Amino acid sequence: MTIYQPPLRDIRFVLHELLDVGRYQNIPPFSDVSLETIDSILEEGGKIAEEVLFPLNSVGDQEGCSFENGVVTTPAGFKQAYQTYREAGWVGLEGDTELGGMGLPQFVTTAAAEMMGSANLSFETYADLTKGAALTIDTHGDDEQRRTYLPKMFEGEWGGTMNLTEAHCGTDLGLLRTRAELQKDGTYLITGTKIFISAGEHDLVENIIHLVLARIVGAPEGTRGISLFIVPKHLVMANGDLGDRNAVFCGAIEEKMGIKGSATCVMNYEGATGFLLGGPNKGLHCMFTMMNKARLGVGVQGLSMGEIAYQNAVAYAKDRIQGRSLSGDKPSDRVADPIIVHPDLRRMLMTMRAFTEGGRALVLWTALSLDLARHDPDPRARQDAEDLVSLITPVVKAYLTDMGFEVTNLGLQVHGGAGYIRETGVEQYVRDARITQIYEGTNGIQALDLVGRKLPAHYGRALRQIFHPIDQFIIETREECALQNISGLLAKSFRRLQVATAWIGEQGLKDPEQAGAASRDYLRLLALVVMGYLWGRMIRVAREALFRDTGEMKFYESKLVTAEFFMTRMLPETSSLLSKIMAGKDSMMALEAEQF
Amino acid sequence: MPKFGKVAVIGAGQMGSTIAAHVANAGVPVVLLDVVPEGTENRNILAETALASMLKATPAPFMHNSAAKLITPGNLEDHKGLLRDADWICEAVIEDLAIKQNIYRMVDGVRGPASIVTSNTSTIPLTHLVDGLSDSFAEEFAITHFFNPPRYMRLLELVLGPATRSEVAGALQEFCDVHLGKEVVPAKDTPGFIGNRIGIYWYYVAMSAAIELGLTVEEADAVVGPPMGIPKTGIFGLIDLTGIDLAPKVNATMLSMLPPDDTFCREFDPDGPLVSILSKMIIDGFTGRKGKGGFYRMLRDGSRRELQVRDLATGVYRALMHPRLESVEEAKKGGLRALVSHPDKGGQYAWRVLSRVLPYAASLVPDVADTIHDVDRAMKSGYGWKFGPFEMIDQLGSMWFVHRLREEGADIPPLLNTTAGRPLYREKGRTLEQLSKFGEYEAIEVPGKAWSLSDMKRGSEPIIANGSASLWDVGDGVACLEFHTKMNTIDDDTLDVVHEAANIDQRGYKALIIGHDSDNFSVGANVGLALFAANTAMWSLIEEKLAEGQQAYLALKYAPFPVVGAPSGMALGGGCEIMLHCDAVQAHAETYIGLVEAGIGLIPGWGGTKEMIARAFALEGRSGGPMPPVVSTFETISLAKVSKSAREAQDLGYLRAQDDITMNRKRVLADAKARALSLTSDYKPPQRPKLGLPGLSGLATLQIIIDGVVREGKASEHDRIVAMALATVITGGETDTLDLVDEDQLLSLERDAVMSLIRQTKTLDRIEYMLDTGKPLRN
Repeated sequence: MTIYQPPLRDIRFVLHELLDVGRYQNIPPFSDVSLETIDSILEEGGKIAEEVLFPLNSVGDQEGCSFENGVVTTPAGFKQAYQTYREAGWVGLEGDTELGGMGLPQFVTTAAAEMMGSANLSFETYADLTKGAALTIDTHGDDEQRRTYLPKMFEGEWGGTMNLTEAHCGTDLGLLRTRAELQKDGTYLITGTKIFISAGEHDLVENIIHLVLARIVGAPEGTRGISLFIVPKHLVMANGDLGDRNAVFCGAIEEKMGIKGSATCVMNYEGATGFLLGGPNKGLHCMFTMMNKARLGVGVQGLSMGEIAYQNAVAYAKDRIQGRSLSGDKPSDRVADPIIVHPDLRRMLMTMRAFTEGGRALVLWTALSLDLARHDPDPRARQDAEDLVSLITPVVKAYLTDMGFEVTNLGLQVHGGAGYIRETGVEQYVRDARITQIYEGTNGIQALDLVGRKLPAHYGRALRQIFHPIDQFIIETREECALQNISGLLAKSFRRLQVATAWIGEQGLKDPEQAGAASRDYLRLLALVVMGYLWGRMIRVAREALFRDTGEMKFYESKLVTAEFFMTRMLPETSSLLSKIMAGKDSMMALEAEQF
Repeated sequence: MPKFGKVAVIGAGQMGSTIAAHVANAGVPVVLLDVVPEGTENRNILAETALASMLKATPAPFMHNSAAKLITPGNLEDHKGLLRDADWICEAVIEDLAIKQNIYRMVDGVRGPASIVTSNTSTIPLTHLVDGLSDSFAEEFAITHFFNPPRYMRLLELVLGPATRSEVAGALQEFCDVHLGKEVVPAKDTPGFIGNRIGIYWYYVAMSAAIELGLTVEEADAVVGPPMGIPKTGIFGLIDLTGIDLAPKVNATMLSMLPPDDTFCREFDPDGPLVSILSKMIIDGFTGRKGKGGFYRMLRDGSRRELQVRDLATGVYRALMHPRLESVEEAKKGGLRALVSHPDKGGQYAWRVLSRVLPYAASLVPDVADTIHDVDRAMKSGYGWKFGPFEMIDQLGSMWFVHRLREEGADIPPLLNTTAGRPLYREKGRTLEQLSKFGEYEAIEVPGKAWSLSDMKRGSEPIIANGSASLWDVGDGVACLEFHTKMNTIDDDTLDVVHEAANIDQRGYKALIIGHDSDNFSVGANVGLALFAANTAMWSLIEEKLAEGQQAYLALKYAPFPVVGAPSGMALGGGCEIMLHCDAVQAHAETYIGLVEAGIGLIPGWGGTKEMIARAFALEGRSGGPMPPVVSTFETISLAKVSKSAREAQDLGYLRAQDDITMNRKRVLADAKARALSLTSDYKPPQRPKLGLPGLSGLATLQIIIDGVVREGKASEHDRIVAMALATVITGGETDTLDLVDEDQLLSLERDAVMSLIRQTKTLDRIEYMLDTGKPLRN
């Protein structure tokens, strides 16, 4: 029996106490949403996650989706759960209020997404894809396109998808072959096959709005000749009713390692009618505007998986009795002690906990920055926030999903042999988490994006948004008795980060392979230091709360201990990462391909 | 003193007046005469108007406005007497033989004995010019063909007649080279001499081939531009600059003068598309930048500005497109051969142009110039080409080039046949040799007082070198410090070599000069690295680098041997500061010096602020009290003033009275070396300055000035922060006039000021903007 309880207290801690989101109530889109509203929305979300989505999680895994005659059927119960979810307004959470959305800030929707993802990652993909597609139409569509599609998508009556990948091209989209032929009426005929299309076909909605990357006949080669098209499953008539079935069909669904409740489809476009979105040859540009958000979304999934794995590991570790405490001083009337007394179990549990709590701070900080990048009235503040988001997004995506997977694996380990048994339910988390390291740009690509594009851009300008606050924090705390120790630990790792950054900045200019060889380790180094910084800030907040004596001593004391665990047992990894980075590419690149 | 104590220029048109200005730049009095136009009251109106407009013109014909005072304007009727004591009378009137000869007859009647007369003609043969004039006139006559604008274009073609006396030739050569700073190239008396003979053909071929091969204007300019070492105006951008309306006239003149079997005459198609395009543009008023635009035009529509390009086929203007040609990309790695070998239209075009222009140039030796080196020198200094035609042939490989020409059935000029696969130039030991018209290698003499660093480097090894800077032995116990980074920015590696240079006496050298062959001396510290370090909060690293730079420059200043700076082009920021630490500076006349740090929200931090305030204090005859030098230094640095010439740098205090100016770029290093050697006897390093700076009371005074400027809206809040940081340093921090502030204290104040400024976001914004756009950001 697995469990899930929405971590509402910890979310509130991050939003209100750490990030103090109340500070931004003067920013127009958020002024309508009171802090109480935010809390009650999240409570509602937690309830749906716990009571509606979570019970279907293992069902979805066991049953999976089925495919027959072009029709995809979702696992039992998904349809009904989706109705509940949709009617409560969860699909249009962040949509434009004029078109039926709720217009909530990213820091709210992101917090909600974490809970939905923990409860049922497969289920959440359907709504996630709709949100992503809707955002793209909202940003790049003309008024007619926005009015035609968005109200129904925000309501959740229609779904959405993103069609990028083809059999021969994933990361390198310049190679794609799907064709778009201009018709006399200004529409396009779309022909080609797309693979790995999440929610490409299913029975939760009456219509699916596909966004498809294709090359207009005669367009330039490579990424400069790619356009984006709206291709609805059912064409929409002038009065808004559904018209003819469009020539887009699901050819098959994939059998996968995890997220089995999510339909991963092969989509065949057989001369389907498509509508150009955002101008000819601007396809990649349109995709990029939603990339930051989508990548943040996948990073959140890493956190989601870590959280559910942690909760179940704790429950098991408290319940399962085996062996005696090494210190022998744990009085027990049972024949053995609960395994939570064992240091190695603690190592695993604390690692999981320090990751989820720190990771939550990281994603919500990023989400808030995304809001500020869009809405802050001060252009300077918008640029600073945009710089931060652009730099931190690949870090959030890759670090949180790598760690999400590591932590689900630790969760399984805590369970011992039982964890390996399907019935226990926790091996599903390992399998589900695994995809997050791959989709929306593999973690290798994220690391390359970080060192190759984000780091050198504008002579490292984006780095300033991270390095200066950390530098400032260290200066502020190094004289404070209570924080001196933590400040020193952070300073040491920050120094390593600075050295590595300078090295990559210098080497990368001369030899991109050096930067490439360092990229994964550098991303993790940066992530650890940023987590350390956020943990440092959380310590400060928790200490202040303890000082005020808010009556939640245990909560805040746990924060301090978890923080110390992170600082002393996770952050020092920066030392080995720096050594690896400085070793350079030689031993990696020396062998000829034939020598492998 | 030059042999010419006074010069006269006849003809106050564009060329005449700017030649006069340049003679004045050399410090020589000059008379500028023109005709008296009918119906004007002011009989000197032409020369006077020309003089007045030159003071406002850009690019400025004068290096310093005071030079204008050396020009005496007059007219040809009332002031013939002024010609009597002129040593050189330069005629620059319209290209009309009869008019010129009338002037010559008049001149011959009044000129002094042994005076020299020259013409600036570009088209009329010398034999025609002296036809019918006195024998003595012909003996003292030559053609001195300047290129426009005379201050900036280095080429001067010197054409002698059969009667011209060698002393006349020698005097002209000497004056134009040493005093006017020209690259004097001897040319034969043939139409168009060297530069225009090849240049006009080049214009024709480059434009016609672009039309024939269907390249757009931007594509053509992207090919016959930087990939060939030609300025980025390419061909269409260049003709927009020189004037499209001139082209038919110039072509007609050349065609009428050249023998009919000349390649240009044979290839010129009067009914071809190029001729009709040009004439349509001229009729419609599209004569280039001076008209409504040319092949390029700037469309201004309200606040919108769009650079447009003319479609060669339709004549319609459209938005500029950045051309993407694989051949051009390939050329960046593979050079000229990769460019002309590429199958795309850029490659085909490059080959079409070079396969005609280069053989044409080869066919002209020895008829228009004695040597290939003279041809190359002319094209480089007259057209701004980085490589002359023969250097380009060597880049392609003479064997490969001839082979490909032969494959295409082209005529091979005899000179190319004599190469037999050998390069046109070769290095032999320390000597550069060229292939003579007889097919043998002969040494190219390097004059003792006019050499490039490349002449010294040939066949030898540096004393010390790294990726950013090198030290070379330039003979007689003198070493030369060379920078060689992009734009000669100064980085860690540069400073390492500066440190080594400060100890060069331990290797047996007795003097050091700092200079090289590049266009720009140095644009200052590599602020890209500093910005990256600031963005990553590496403050201690930045402070270390500041101190390192200060120490390196101090080491030069107090080295036990003389150090002479030899700048040319831009010497900005840290590039200016290193010169401020030299014992003397021998600057090229075209040196643009400035402490520009305030433009990027900083102040000079490698001792530049310290040196400027110390100099202002040491200035002889300055006004009393500590404030006048403080205020003048404050103004120069806070306004980031950059001199528009070396002469102007003296006014700004970047150059001192003991610093000197060399007019000819090729003589700068030799003059600097001579200067350094002259300082070696009894050399003593300078005294360490101690200044009675005004301290806080002086700071308060400057603050009032700053507040006023900010209040008037002439400076921003961030300018105030930068200005206050500067003011704190040059008033000496917390001192008062009774205490003496030493160098170390000033350097420490400099460091503190820079460290406080570089933490400011607006400073970082300024640096980033400067790096991205090359322009200062006003924030």
